[in-house]
Amino acid sequence: MTEDANPERLLFASTTQSFLEKEASLARLRELHAAGASFEAGWWQRAAELGWTSLLVPEDLGGGSVSGDGVADLALVAELAGRTVAPGPLHPVSTVLAGLVEAPENHQDTIESLISGEAVASWAVYEPGKPWAPLNTSVTATRTETGYRIDGVKDRVEAGVESAVLLVVAQHEGAVRQFLVPTDAPGVRVEPQRSIDMVKSYARVHFDGVEVDDSAAVGTAEQTAGLIARQSQIAQMLQCAEVVGILDTVLAFTIQWGFDRHSFGRPIGSYQALKHKYADLKIWFEACRATTNAAVAEVASRSAGADMAVSVAKSYVGEHAPGMLQDCIQLHGGIGVTWEHDLHLFLRRVTLYRSMFGTPEDHNLHVYALTEHLEPAS
Amino acid sequence: MTETAPAPTETTESVEEFAARARAWLADNMPPIDPNNPPEHDRGEEEPWLRARELQKKLYEGGFAGICFPKEYGGLGLPIAYQKAFDNESRCYELPIILNTPTFTICAATILDTGSEEQKQQHISAALRGDEVLVQLLSEPSGGSDLAGVITRADRVGDKWVINGAKTWSTSAFAADYGLMLARTNWDVPKHEGLTMFLVPINSPGITLRRIKQVNGSVEFCEEFFDNLELGDDAVVGEVGGGWQVASRQLYHERRAVGGGSEFASGIGAEGKSDVPIDYVALLKKTGQADSEHARVLAGRALVHRAVREQLIDHVYHGVLDGSLPPAAGSIIRVTHAETHHLEFDTALAISGSSGVVDGGDDVLRFGERYLSRQTAALGGGTTEIAKNIIGERILGFPREYAADRGVPFNQVKRNKS
Repeated sequence: MTEDANPERLLFASTTQSFLEKEASLARLRELHAAGASFEAGWWQRAAELGWTSLLVPEDLGGGSVSGDGVADLALVAELAGRTVAPGPLHPVSTVLAGLVEAPENHQDTIESLISGEAVASWAVYEPGKPWAPLNTSVTATRTETGYRIDGVKDRVEAGVESAVLLVVAQHEGAVRQFLVPTDAPGVRVEPQRSIDMVKSYARVHFDGVEVDDSAAVGTAEQTAGLIARQSQIAQMLQCAEVVGILDTVLAFTIQWGFDRHSFGRPIGSYQALKHKYADLKIWFEACRATTNAAVAEVASRSAGADMAVSVAKSYVGEHAPGMLQDCIQLHGGIGVTWEHDLHLFLRRVTLYRSMFGTPEDHNLHVYALTEHLEPAS
Repeated sequence: MTETAPAPTETTESVEEFAARARAWLADNMPPIDPNNPPEHDRGEEEPWLRARELQKKLYEGGFAGICFPKEYGGLGLPIAYQKAFDNESRCYELPIILNTPTFTICAATILDTGSEEQKQQHISAALRGDEVLVQLLSEPSGGSDLAGVITRADRVGDKWVINGAKTWSTSAFAADYGLMLARTNWDVPKHEGLTMFLVPINSPGITLRRIKQVNGSVEFCEEFFDNLELGDDAVVGEVGGGWQVASRQLYHERRAVGGGSEFASGIGAEGKSDVPIDYVALLKKTGQADSEHARVLAGRALVHRAVREQLIDHVYHGVLDGSLPPAAGSIIRVTHAETHHLEFDTALAISGSSGVVDGGDDVLRFGERYLSRQTAALGGGTTEIAKNIIGERILGFPREYAADRGVPFNQVKRNKS
C-alpha cells in the first residue's frame, strides 16, 4: 500500500479492503470458478458505489477521487484487489474510462453508466495471432452516410461477454481511430476465450458490417495516439499494482511458513539455502514495489517520462513475479502444487498479467527504442 | 550512539533557490566536463587524489561542501533534497567524486555517529575542507567475511596502545591521512566484545603499506602491516571494547554507500571512463546490431534493471527514513547493485561477441576486460552471501546461522586449521 497518510485515502483503503475481504474472498473466487462465472453484476455495482469507477473521471463528468490523485487511488484499489486476486472488470472499465474522459463528447451517458457500475466496457485492442501492438490494427472503419461500418476481428477482450460496449481500435482512411461499439449491435458476435486465470475471462469479437453513428468515434484522428498511450499506461500500471498486492500477500504467508514448517527439527527458514531464496524474494518484491510506485507517480502527473516508467515497471514486474510465485511454491513443498492450496490462484493471475499488454520482452524493446530516441548514439 | 538522522532544516532557502545558487556558483567556479566522457580518475594513482583535494577545497570555500553534514562540523546541515538538487546541478562539472567513498559516506558518517566531539571537530571538518582523506582498515588476510574475527592486536603498554598485525583490501589507503582500524584489545572475551576501533594516522612509523594488483590492473587497494605502531587514547573511536558497535556503523554506511544510497555522497557523476554507464545504443551501432531485435531486447532488459536499481535506492532510502523498512534494508540495495552490475556486464559481453575478446580496434575489448572483474561488485563491501544472510535474519527474522565461536572466549576459538 502507498505510504501516503492522507486520512480520506486511509478510510477509502480500509472500506475497500473490508469489502474485498468479505465479498471477494479466495473462497468466493473458487465458487465463481466452479460456477463458470467471472463476476456478479450486482457485486460490481456495489464496488462501483464504493467509488472504484469514478477515480479517473473528473468531477464535471460525474467522477472524483478521495485524495485528488485518482490514478494513485486506483492503483491502491488494484493493489488491494491483488491480495485476494479479486474478480471483476476493474481493469477494462478503468482503461476505457481513461480514454473516454479525454474525449467525452457524445459519451457522457456511457461514462455515467460505467461509473454507476450498471454497464461494463472493455478495450478491444488485440487482434488474433498478433502480439501487443496497439497502433497496428487491421480492423477497418469505413465511412457510411450516417457514421461508420466496422469490420474485422478482435480478441483477448477482457470481460467481453459481460461488456455492454467495447472501445474498438480500428483504422480509418490511413489513421488509427477508436469507436464505442455496443455489443448488441447487429453484426457483433462475441465468442468466449478461456484464460489460465480462475475467473478472468476474455473474448474474441467478430465485427461483420457493424454500423455505428458518427457519435461513436472517440476523439479525433490527431488525439488517438495519445489516448491509446494513456489507456495502455493505465492498463499496464493496474497490472503492476495488482501484482504488488499479490506478491505482498503471498510473500507474507510464505515467510510465515518458513517459521512454522519444521524439517529435521529446525524451521525451514533457518537453512541458508532457503534463507537466501527468501532474501531474493524480499529484494525483488521491494524492487517491484519501487518501480510500480514510480510508474504510478509518472502516470498520475502525466509526465513525459510516463511511457518509459510504465514499460520499465511492466518489464521488471512481468519478468520477476511468475518466478517469485514458483519459488514460493517450491518453499511450500508438495502442498504448493495442489489444487486445494491457494498458491495457484495467485500464480494464475501473475502469469496472465506477465503476458498481457506486452510481455517483458516487448517492453524491453520499447525501453530500448525510447532510449535510442532520447540518447542517440554519439 | 546517535543514529544518522536527517538534519533539521535550518534554512529559509528553498530547494529551488539553493539549486539556482549552486547552478550559478558551479558555472563560475568548477571545471566543466562532459558527463559521458569524464576525465579519467584512476583511484590507484596519486594525481587524482591531489586534484580531488583541490576541488573539495573549492567546494568548501564556495559553501557547497558537506550539504548533509551538521553545521557545527563544517557542513550545511540540510536535508537530502538539497544534496539531490546539487547533484542534479553539478552533473556537468568536475567534482571530487572519489572522496565520496569511503571518506564521506563511510568514515566521516561513522565518526559523526560514534566519534568524540574532538574527533568530529577535527576530522569531519578537515575532510570537508579537502585537508583529510579517510579510509577503512578492517579486513585481514585471515579474515574473509568474518570481520569480527580480526587478529590484529592492540596491547596496552603504559599509557599507549601498541599495534601489531596486518590489514588488507583497504581502498586507496596510500592516498589517505587517517584510517579507521579495528583491533583486538581483549582476547579473553567472545570475539565481538574484545574489539576497539582506532583512528590511525596512515603515515606513522610502524606502518608498512603495499599495493594489491587486481585482475583489471588496478592498484587502488592496499595492504598494511603494523609493527609496534604506537597510539594514544585519543585515537580510540567509541569505547575501548566497543569496536564492534563502531564497525557495525561502518558496515551499515558502507552497504548504503556501495549501493548508491548515501546522503553524504556529493555529486553523482562517474569516477572515470571505466565507471560511465554502458551506452548500449552506441555499442549496438558499433557492433552492427542496431537493427537486431535480439540485441535490442537484451540491451532493453539491462536498461530496465538499471532504472529499477535507481528507483529501489530511492524507495529503500525513504523506507528506512519513515520506518517502513529496517536499517538493514541497505543490504537490499547492496545485493541489487551487484546483480545489476552482473546483468550489465553479462549483457555487454553478449552483445560484444568476439569483439569483446579479440581487439578489433573498435574499443569494444574493454567490455570483455570489464567482465573479468565482474565479481568485485558482489565481494566489495561484504559479499552478496553475507548481505543475503542479513536480509534473511535481520529483515525477515529467520534464525541466525550457526556459529561455533558464539559466546566462546576468542583465545579458545579455532582459527583456520590452527
